[in-house]
Amino acid sequence: MTASSQNKNTNGSLENPEILEGYNFAYLDDQTKRMIRRAILKAVAIPGYQVPFGSREMPLPFGWGTGGIQVTASIIGQDDILKVIDQGSDDTTNAVNIRNFFGKTAGVDTTEKTNKATVIQTRHRIPETPLSKDQILVYQVPIPEPLRWLEHRETETRKMHALAEYGVMHVGLYENIAHYGRVTTSYDYPVQVDDRYIMSPSPIPKFDNPKMDKMPALQLFGAGREKRIYAVPPFTKVKSLDFDDHPFTIESWEESCALCGSSNSFLDEVITDDEGTRMFVCSDSNYCKEQIEKLTNAPLVQNGDGS
Amino acid sequence: MYVAVKGGESAIRNSQQLLAEERRGDRNVEELTLDQIQNQMSLAVDRVMAEGSLYDKELAALAIKQSRGDLVEAIFLLRAYRTTLPRFGTTIPIETANMSIRRRISATFKDLPGGQVLGPSFDYTHRLLDFSLAANGDVPDAVEAEDAVDQNMPRVTDLLNNEGLIEEETTEDDSEPFDITRQSPKFPAERTARLQNLARGDEGFLLALAYSTQRGWGRNHPFAGEIRMGELSIEFIPDELGFPIEIGEITITECQMINQFKGSSEIPAQFTRGYGLSFGHNERKTMAMGIIDRALRARELDEQVQAPAQDEEFVLSHSCNVEASGFVQHLKLPHYVDFQSELVTVRALREAVNTDKPDEAEPIPGIVAAE
Repeated sequence: MTASSQNKNTNGSLENPEILEGYNFAYLDDQTKRMIRRAILKAVAIPGYQVPFGSREMPLPFGWGTGGIQVTASIIGQDDILKVIDQGSDDTTNAVNIRNFFGKTAGVDTTEKTNKATVIQTRHRIPETPLSKDQILVYQVPIPEPLRWLEHRETETRKMHALAEYGVMHVGLYENIAHYGRVTTSYDYPVQVDDRYIMSPSPIPKFDNPKMDKMPALQLFGAGREKRIYAVPPFTKVKSLDFDDHPFTIESWEESCALCGSSNSFLDEVITDDEGTRMFVCSDSNYCKEQIEKLTNAPLVQNGDGS
Repeated sequence: MYVAVKGGESAIRNSQQLLAEERRGDRNVEELTLDQIQNQMSLAVDRVMAEGSLYDKELAALAIKQSRGDLVEAIFLLRAYRTTLPRFGTTIPIETANMSIRRRISATFKDLPGGQVLGPSFDYTHRLLDFSLAANGDVPDAVEAEDAVDQNMPRVTDLLNNEGLIEEETTEDDSEPFDITRQSPKFPAERTARLQNLARGDEGFLLALAYSTQRGWGRNHPFAGEIRMGELSIEFIPDELGFPIEIGEITITECQMINQFKGSSEIPAQFTRGYGLSFGHNERKTMAMGIIDRALRARELDEQVQAPAQDEEFVLSHSCNVEASGFVQHLKLPHYVDFQSELVTVRALREAVNTDKPDEAEPIPGIVAAE
């Protein structure tokens, strides 16, 4: 792959397999897609509310993105351009696998460029490049219920949401501060959407939480195993829970990215030898590549070695 | 220099080729046929059909072959295939009193109309490895009975019911059964949803839960009222015909558990029921299901809900091995972004403590606290 690849025709690689015969466009049958689209519409109409849906068994395992896949399959059209990331990167095995799934079952164009994609399916990150109103961000969600760790019964949590009975969440945060001197939740940090529903942002690092607020792109969340869909419509207020005297903060690093020099992106720590020597690099692989291109003023041809 | 986890594509492709090769095994050994699996691994086929929620022996055999005998993986394959199948409609409910019996036993009566029919069972085999099977495996034909199995084979629970000793099975209810494969489950769950969930639930999970009730974790005194296994024809009324036609025959196992009675000074005491049903020959599964169905009626029967097996949300939310296997194993996926966030937090917490105790301070690798 080259940095500019739209990979509709990457010579015989897995990236662009033949379209699978005998299956519907994007795998799901039209009845199922209609059911899911209805759930999505309801979710958009009630921001942050978890809409139950008749999740199907997909040919990928539950817990590996089946919710996101079903949402993407229900909204994607022939003209869409799909980007799939996992941990911010297009190259991780699960992202490759899901991208191939849609290549095989829908034959849509795929891309690694954040600004070229119309639909971005993600696990655990929001791209560093700001999204536009013409894009949809689809999150894979393992546990959609933000109250689950405090109350494990669905029957109870649904009641708590209905009555906006969220005191327990703040008590939880308070106890955390009392114990550790700060809020120690570092990912899947709960948010309140449009001053109403408390919502799980999925296990993105809290670094990404501020990007959700007033995002121009539509944000859809699919939890396949838990059979829930929820949404944040474009330009909707999303607030991370905090206290006046303990305001919400995000991770920061002393280092800059060792590859592109970025000082404001989320950095992954890589151990490079037995002595525990570390280097820090952007988790968003496409963003990193673009930063390098800006520096060198030339498209980066080689992937990976960063030289 | 840093080489990220790149080249996922070719790694996946190579892994899949290696998997195919390992599945095939030594090429000097003859390849398994689906016929062989269907005929000689029939209980594996039955389990895969039951938990895969799809009655198709050939596809189940294919799934077992493809999964290298990993039955949970085979169940997953069948379930994923099932998603793509169209629905033609619903068959006429089966009447298990009319099945062609191959096995029928009752633990509650010494003898009963139709008699005890052992059929094919491991029950009274001595579990001694049979080395003759390793040699050739030829078996003599089974002896044929002189008399055919009694056509009149009433269910034990029906016999008890004549006397009013056991609760009625159901009230007449023509409403559409809940379908957990099409609708998101709700709690409290309807009985149809519960039975469907248990029928496709993981055998090991149900077995352990049923066992836990026997050891006192939600005890409900089960008696194996009857276990029957045999064949039943399936009938369907196509819209264009308007009358029932037979579309096939399936093997099923049914278990009726008779449980602790209930009553009061005003209401005469009656035994209660637990019900298990499964595709194929699945006795362990149906018995466990019968016990758990009864345990999950705790609330309905005004019993205290104390044990895991009585907790509907706990049991029904965790019974599916396709869901469980997927989520447990998703931990293999990269989590390094979340882990990085945790590293930042833990280092910051340690730094805060070490700052208070300057003597013990240790250098913190280049991280600024999250605050």
